[in-house]
Amino acid sequence: MSSLFNPVVAALTFRATLGRRRAILFAIPAVILIALTLVLRATHPAAGALWPSNVLGDFGFSVLLPLTALIIGTSVLGAEIDDGSAIHLLATPVPRSSVIVTKFAVSAVMTMVFAALPELIAGLLAPHSTKLAFALFVGALVGSVIYSAVFVAASVLTSRAIAVGLLYVLIWEGLLGNIVGGARILSVAHYSLGVANAIYPDKNLMAGLTLATSVILGTIVTVGALILATRRLAAFAIKGEPA
Amino acid sequence: MSAIELSNVSRWYGNVVAVNDITMTIGPGVTGLLGPNGAGKSTIIHMIAGFLGPSKGTLTVDGRPSWENPGVYKVLGLVPERDSVYAFLTGEQFVRATAKLHKLPDLAGATRRAIEMTDMADAADRKISTYSKGMRQRIKVAAALVHDPQILLLDEPFNGMDPRQRIHMMDLLAKLGTEGRTILFSSHILEEVERLSGTIQVMVAGRLAASGDFRAIRRLMTSRPHVFNVRTSSASDDRRLAAVLVGRPFTNAVELTGKGLQVRTSDFGAFCGQIAALTRDNGIALRELLPTDESLESVFGYLLSDQAN
Repeated sequence: MSSLFNPVVAALTFRATLGRRRAILFAIPAVILIALTLVLRATHPAAGALWPSNVLGDFGFSVLLPLTALIIGTSVLGAEIDDGSAIHLLATPVPRSSVIVTKFAVSAVMTMVFAALPELIAGLLAPHSTKLAFALFVGALVGSVIYSAVFVAASVLTSRAIAVGLLYVLIWEGLLGNIVGGARILSVAHYSLGVANAIYPDKNLMAGLTLATSVILGTIVTVGALILATRRLAAFAIKGEPA
Repeated sequence: MSAIELSNVSRWYGNVVAVNDITMTIGPGVTGLLGPNGAGKSTIIHMIAGFLGPSKGTLTVDGRPSWENPGVYKVLGLVPERDSVYAFLTGEQFVRATAKLHKLPDLAGATRRAIEMTDMADAADRKISTYSKGMRQRIKVAAALVHDPQILLLDEPFNGMDPRQRIHMMDLLAKLGTEGRTILFSSHILEEVERLSGTIQVMVAGRLAASGDFRAIRRLMTSRPHVFNVRTSSASDDRRLAAVLVGRPFTNAVELTGKGLQVRTSDFGAFCGQIAALTRDNGIALRELLPTDESLESVFGYLLSDQAN
């Protein structure tokens, strides 16, 4: 894995991603979560309140984590493909697998910073929720990894990765995942909640998958997405205009 | 010796054929890929650069397929048409990052050499976002040259450049060509191609309309008379020469223009071989003999109209 990580690609990706206007969006869900936590802590400070697991679990794993991962995951490579600067990277002998793994790693780290870390901070700010905060933090770390693989792959597979990602997060995970039990098998949010719930069981988290199922499916999805993205990038074609 | 070889290459998008059954070999020196917008030039460049796969046929760069083969970039440099670069980097950082991606042993030396070669040393410490269009093109060329490739592809490299920048870029490409590199650039501007390269590949509507030295191509167009402007020492000599030429089998038409004669001939070789002797034998002082339609523009125009017919 380490031989697949290219520090030059990583440095260029960090600077390019954080330098875009879109980077402002990375922090918005995190700011909302922390602000919401502060308001609820002031208005509902009582021990045994249900809101920490609802806010941190529902908002954190249904909104903050997937949307942050979506914006970052589709930026690290997709934005470069859209604006054409990816050509300068791809016209070098760097293996395509190395490009994908590095972009994925950058996306995962940035998602951890902009989603998992705020989840931990919000959890520690919430009253009597330290154990829950750490459990959700670990779940969010796992989710950052899986979502990044999925959204980096989506950005190579389609030029409408953000729209596809939004449909997945809102319709599949947000709607079907909560109504149809089988949909959870392909829900990254439920993999993340499954891990968090195994560390600190809380029925309010509505975790629908066991730890083993979450880890196995999460690993399969991550590896599968990276392989698919590498294959697609190996056959990367500039969009041509017919004569 | 690095070469680009296309053998019966076609590329289509759905039902639309962008490039149709192209066979060509491009060797060391500067070659211009010429054609109107939409002729398929960029498609050819993208296929050679490994960013498009041929729908049919084989395409090799230095003996290896370029499609799905990142290893080809060890011998190939690409200057894409799109202006997008990592604008947050300085020119030096951009070229150096490219050198790192190529894992070059002497990063500083390779970076300095490429920047000096493109005359960008004075602006190398500035961010690319502050560069003019011409400077961006030159820093892209520097990045494409940093690993000292034997083959350099440039897609419309002169777009957006001012005349001084164009001349500098032409001089640079000419120098790279004389060093034995294979330089292929696309352009729809005749003057650029004519000035820079004798060897052309003319694309018209996805097909290769002509290939080789454009003056030689012109001479092979026997269906179109060659036009010469001829000037002697006096108007009376102009008239005498016109009378001499009218009876010759190689002469299609002679016209007195007031400044001399305009002669149309279908036999380029016979005309050029006999005109000096004819004037000498008739005591006519020949002052000027100028082919008027040997320019690339004429050749290109003829090729386009031939295709249309």
